Amino acid sequence: MTGMARETPAGDLRLANLTRRFGALSAVDDLSLTVGQGSFFALLGASGCGKTTTLRMIAGLEEPTSGRVLLGDRDITALRPYRRPVNTVFQSYALFPHLSVFENVAFGLRRRGIRPVDGEVTRMLSLVQLDGYGSRRPAQLSGGEQQRVALARALVNRPQVLLLDEPLGALDLTLRRRMQVELKRIQTEVGVTFVHVTHDQEEAITMADTVAVMNAGRIEQQGAPADIYEFPATAFVANFLGQSNLLAGEAAGVSGGDVVVTAQGARFSVPVGRARAERGPVQLGVRPEKLRLVGSADQVPQGHQHVTGVVTDASYLGVSTQYLLRTGWGAELSVFVANSGTSTPVPVGSTAAACWDPRHAFLLSASS
Amino acid sequence: MRLSRWLADRWLMIVALLVLGYLALPVLVVAALSFNRPSSRLSYDFGEFTVDNWRQPCATSEMCDAMLRSVQIGFLATVVATVLGTLMAFALVRHRFRGRSGINVLVFLPMATPEVVLGTSLLALFVAAGVPQGFWTIVVAHVMFCVSFVVVTVKARLAGMDRRLEEAAMDLYANEWQTFRRVTLPLVLPGIVAAALLSFSLSFDDFIVTNFTAGTTVTFPMYVWGAAQRGIPPQVNVIGTAMFVVALLLVGISSLGRRPTR
Amino acid sequence: MTRLARHRLLPYLLLLPGTAWLLLFFGVPLAQLAAASLYDPTGSLSTGYAMTWALGNYPDVVQAYWPQLSRSFGYAGLALALALLLGYPLAYAIARKAGRWKNLLLVCVVAPMFTSFLVRTLAWKTILSDSGALVGLLRDVHLLAPDGRLLATPFAVVLGLTYNFLPFLVLPLYASLERLDHRLLEAASDLYASPVQAFRRVTLPLSRPGLVAGTLLFFIPASGDYVNAELLGTPNEYMIGNVIDSAFLVRLDYPQGAALSFLLMAVILAVVFGCLRRAGTEEVW
Repeated sequence: MTGMARETPAGDLRLANLTRRFGALSAVDDLSLTVGQGSFFALLGASGCGKTTTLRMIAGLEEPTSGRVLLGDRDITALRPYRRPVNTVFQSYALFPHLSVFENVAFGLRRRGIRPVDGEVTRMLSLVQLDGYGSRRPAQLSGGEQQRVALARALVNRPQVLLLDEPLGALDLTLRRRMQVELKRIQTEVGVTFVHVTHDQEEAITMADTVAVMNAGRIEQQGAPADIYEFPATAFVANFLGQSNLLAGEAAGVSGGDVVVTAQGARFSVPVGRARAERGPVQLGVRPEKLRLVGSADQVPQGHQHVTGVVTDASYLGVSTQYLLRTGWGAELSVFVANSGTSTPVPVGSTAAACWDPRHAFLLSASS
Repeated sequence: MRLSRWLADRWLMIVALLVLGYLALPVLVVAALSFNRPSSRLSYDFGEFTVDNWRQPCATSEMCDAMLRSVQIGFLATVVATVLGTLMAFALVRHRFRGRSGINVLVFLPMATPEVVLGTSLLALFVAAGVPQGFWTIVVAHVMFCVSFVVVTVKARLAGMDRRLEEAAMDLYANEWQTFRRVTLPLVLPGIVAAALLSFSLSFDDFIVTNFTAGTTVTFPMYVWGAAQRGIPPQVNVIGTAMFVVALLLVGISSLGRRPTR
Repeated sequence: MTRLARHRLLPYLLLLPGTAWLLLFFGVPLAQLAAASLYDPTGSLSTGYAMTWALGNYPDVVQAYWPQLSRSFGYAGLALALALLLGYPLAYAIARKAGRWKNLLLVCVVAPMFTSFLVRTLAWKTILSDSGALVGLLRDVHLLAPDGRLLATPFAVVLGLTYNFLPFLVLPLYASLERLDHRLLEAASDLYASPVQAFRRVTLPLSRPGLVAGTLLFFIPASGDYVNAELLGTPNEYMIGNVIDSAFLVRLDYPQGAALSFLLMAVILAVVFGCLRRAGTEEVW
């Protein structure tokens, strides 16, 4: 227990070529990443993409088939879970049903022989706004309260890294929103590295400094939420994080700072800085909210590019209206028009043109 | 009209209560007989009312000796069977290994075998191996048939336990032993206690297997069986009633203790 | 690496004592019983038995004790039918109609077992006695002839069997009825099923695992029992257990007793595995 060095300055969490196979299946496949000290890092992916397995390997609950887990300069790959300065907020919390809230929170301190525990536990319970809940049993708490006990139980140990496994998944929407804000506040307050696993893209974007999008055991893209959203690296990311309209085409090289693309007989261009490929089969992408709907091709503003089609559907979404535009070659583009009160609704069945500023488009290699 | 409506709503509950009455009737008769002074030794009918039987429950010292022996056997068999069965349950629920289904069948078979067969086969073995039958052969036999029930009971409790609780403990700096001591054991304990109580009652009340493995040793059920031919002392009913009351009190206390405290 | 090796060995270490006990005191004795059933039937316990692979012991005992054999399964079957008739409504009422009395009623099902099995069976002797109130009443209303008896009849034995093993049938049945989602019955009635049809098409099939487990837990001890036949019946009601008991403890005819024992076990196991195969093993295992 004494090997638990909370005095040593925590370093970055690094995963090096981490791999976990279950039989023939690679749940995590040669994954490498660095989580900066004190950052709020989100691992985002659909269920079964290997994100929870990655988390469990950091916690020590799963042994990697190969690869290493490093904390600062320390290799913790072979350490048992109870020897790691890492704590976990489990999915559906795993609170000990036979212990009171107080004893749940005190559990880690007691195991490490820290005494007295009262001050620490009380302080932590008030940090998560559960003053006076100490003597209750977990079964007597609501979902949100249980979630906060789980958080307090992990944080009271002042881990160098806090792992959160879908911590808000069991909560209803309003509570989830509130807890998101609260989690973020607590993270800023305690300054601990948070690694947050979630399948909820909105949760990842709003909370994390850095998001890594996982797919089939690998990381597809990693970066600041806005960077990933504005310039996705792959088609998977483009569609998993928000929606994208993707047009298949052929890039024909750079001309005047732009990559020239031919798609469905029309020519488009994308600035070089927003292209992942300059030659060969590509996908031209534009986010639905970056598209504007105009009545015909001659109403397209100067410098914008466009495609024309027939409006097949309009769904009112509250803040915006989503139009579906069927193009001549049968693709369907999604267009969000903000309900700002300045635009008139476009009737279903009418022809229209969707246009965009080339600086808002992005170009992906078709093989990704 | 109203009566038929009332009956239509409640006939099931009425049938259920009648069946419960059928189950309870002998217990009431035993309680009544414990206050009976029979007209003759071989009579099973009511004679006159007396409290003598309760005043001197051990008037027949053989009976109380047998009773004590049953408690001893029950205790020993329970301890051994609970330990062996709990270990097996942990292995079966927590580990994947070769021969797992074979072990499951081995655990299941004694429960599916009639007691006469268990008893006679042990007798055949003890006779063939020249083992003298008595106190210890009874214990051995009781452990054998109790183990399976322990395995099943503890297995059910373990299987219903969330593995993540143990992972959470490990994550919170509890090593393997502390995890077992602080999380696993407290959570499985109700199952183990239930298994031990079941073992004790199976052992204490067993007649058929005991009959074949006892030699000349007399347990309480053996005493009752023998006395049934010679005439039953009314104190047998005192013991029967007392057992019932004690067990019922235990159930009552444990159910009160389980009520959540606010 | 050592942790891994220890992890591999651990289950076997945990299993070792219990498995050894079961093999030694269940497996080996059964083998010995099988062997004894093939001993030379002309030997005796004092002179010792010779192993002659006397397969003829089996047809011999079947022929000699056919009445007791058929009575065993007949009485047990009759008692089972009676127990199902009494036990199903009881289990159903506790599981679905008892509300907050549920736990109390469950205790009432189990509580009689707190009193010794033999003592309770002897109590039936008092209840069914010729000079008892029940016989008197039945004679008065002419359900029983003036010299008619209850005790020492097949009726008494079947009643005793039903009584003694009824809780074993009710408990698993209760468990499976309790798990049944009441919305399924609402769905059935929404889909035009009458209460009777809903019971037949939904409740009954879904309670089958409990029904199978309860049936086995009832039938196994009932068919091997000889206490009820001995205490509540006469030699005319003796079952196979009585014969085995006397073969081993009175007549000391081990080959015969062993052959009967083994036969009983074979029939029971055939019934058990037949039932389990039909029900799917998972629920009962």
